Amino acid sequence: MNRWGLGALLVALLAVAVLLGVRFGSVRIPVSEVWAALTGGGDATTRDIVLRLRLPRVLLALLVGGGLAIAGATFQALLRNPLAEPYILGISGGASVGAVLVLALGWAAAGSWVLPLAAFAGALLAITLVFRVATATGRVMDVRVLLLAGVVVAAFFSACIAFILSVSPARTIQSAVLWIMGSLAGATWRSVIVAAAYTLPSTLLLIALARPLNLMAIGEDTAHYLGADVEGVKRLSLIVAALVTAAGVAVAGVIGFVGLVVPHAIRLLVGSDHRALLPLSFLAGGAFLALADLVARLALAPTEIPIGVITAFVGVPFFLVLLRRSVSIA
Amino acid sequence: MKIEAVGVVVRYPGLGRPALDDVSIEVPPGTLYAVLGPNGSGKSTLMRALLGISPLTSGHVTLDGRSAGGWNRRERARSVGAVPQSEAIAFPLTVREMVAMGRYPYLAALAGESAVDRAAIARALQGCDVADLADRDVSTLSGGELQRARIARALAQEPRALVLDEPTASLDIRHEMGILELLRSSADEGMTVILITHGLGTVAQFADKMLLLSRGKVAAEGVPTDVIREDVLADVYGWPVSVHSDPESGAPRVTPRRVASF
Repeated sequence: MNRWGLGALLVALLAVAVLLGVRFGSVRIPVSEVWAALTGGGDATTRDIVLRLRLPRVLLALLVGGGLAIAGATFQALLRNPLAEPYILGISGGASVGAVLVLALGWAAAGSWVLPLAAFAGALLAITLVFRVATATGRVMDVRVLLLAGVVVAAFFSACIAFILSVSPARTIQSAVLWIMGSLAGATWRSVIVAAAYTLPSTLLLIALARPLNLMAIGEDTAHYLGADVEGVKRLSLIVAALVTAAGVAVAGVIGFVGLVVPHAIRLLVGSDHRALLPLSFLAGGAFLALADLVARLALAPTEIPIGVITAFVGVPFFLVLLRRSVSIA
Repeated sequence: MKIEAVGVVVRYPGLGRPALDDVSIEVPPGTLYAVLGPNGSGKSTLMRALLGISPLTSGHVTLDGRSAGGWNRRERARSVGAVPQSEAIAFPLTVREMVAMGRYPYLAALAGESAVDRAAIARALQGCDVADLADRDVSTLSGGELQRARIARALAQEPRALVLDEPTASLDIRHEMGILELLRSSADEGMTVILITHGLGTVAQFADKMLLLSRGKVAAEGVPTDVIREDVLADVYGWPVSVHSDPESGAPRVTPRRVASF
């Protein structure tokens, strides 16, 4: 498929996802009234629902979904492994420990940037641990060792969260559940701005690294021989992808498998050139999460399903198919 | 391009003996230089040391008389093409996309390919006889086709030197000879070619000079008849061999001997 064609299709899909996300919910709002609210008209209640509740929520879904997808594609290139993903590698788990710790200590009140930074520190810690474990067995990173490293690191962070919650007051536990299950219910314009401030520049930076990432996906020695700054690209892109993951976790909690499903689907359609893969994954990830959130809100309305449940229901079968394929190749 | 290493020592942390111990080579333009040695003798480390991946504990490497450390990465990649032993290609990739990666050192971050780039890619595809495979996914290629595509990628760099780590391992004789003929004719056109290989006998027909490594040290160096000798090989490989002169080419031919009590 032509990459520009797919790009146009995804932009259209994003627009549809935004429209559906704003229209549907506990109250259905006709398109004409949505439009009226967006342009400043209509009645006050509708305007409130559209502008203060649903629009930030949909935009947050776009940013978080896009960020998770592009982070997943980046980790996959660096680890040369289609199974690498922020959630599976335990990086989301690390970020959530940072976030929960800040909540438990009551530091979140200090400013809206504190939570993402703490999540970022947790994500960096997780990446360092996973890489240390995965490369300890030799220069070549084995798929099984890598996944095992992710599982072990994630288990460790789950234990950390359980510990922090067990010594925290009940109020903290309630808000901390968000970081474990994943939800966009807390979306506000402020969280949209925080997510955008961390995600959009990072996305552009990763896209600018697309060409060296193409080489890294073949092998680090090869990338070096072709003139890429292997260590520099690796360090920068890992940090930036961790930052994007952390921003997503800070505003929407742990949402798994977006970074697995989306880049894989895009690769099937346009191939592995990261100059196309990264921007298209961002668009598709945004659309995917916005639609998943719609399902989360509507499937059992008025009860809301945690969005991480929806993405896991889609992602786990996907993961198993990919795992089976990569093990049979190796 | 002239590639020269003087007194190179490479020591990996945590290992007793150095991976390379006082290795010196001099490879002038137009030379096909073969590097031989048993498993673990330091052949691949030599490649990584020459091209700046493995840091030198002591000694120095010069490319065209200029210290290898003084070249910037892209400049070096425009002059030296390299094919490492193996690559784990985990994602779909066409032959053309792979060969086009050879243009990386010529392209700005987001720039598209120019006519010059496309011409270089086409020449490389043609030169390695993989133009017909350009749209195939690399995972569907045979071993010989994949190696030719990887060499095409290095040729797309339009280098003045090529360094290859066992490009003919696990290939049948037709594909092995095809690649060796290609490297020989590249050398005849002035390219500097360093070829790391296990193929003792075959490569003797092609190489101008040979280096035999043993446990990181130089065991022998010189023209094929100086290196491919019964006493030297038996000592380095720990196995008795017979060496005869090939009646047609005159190149030395190696036959490992049976041992009565093993």
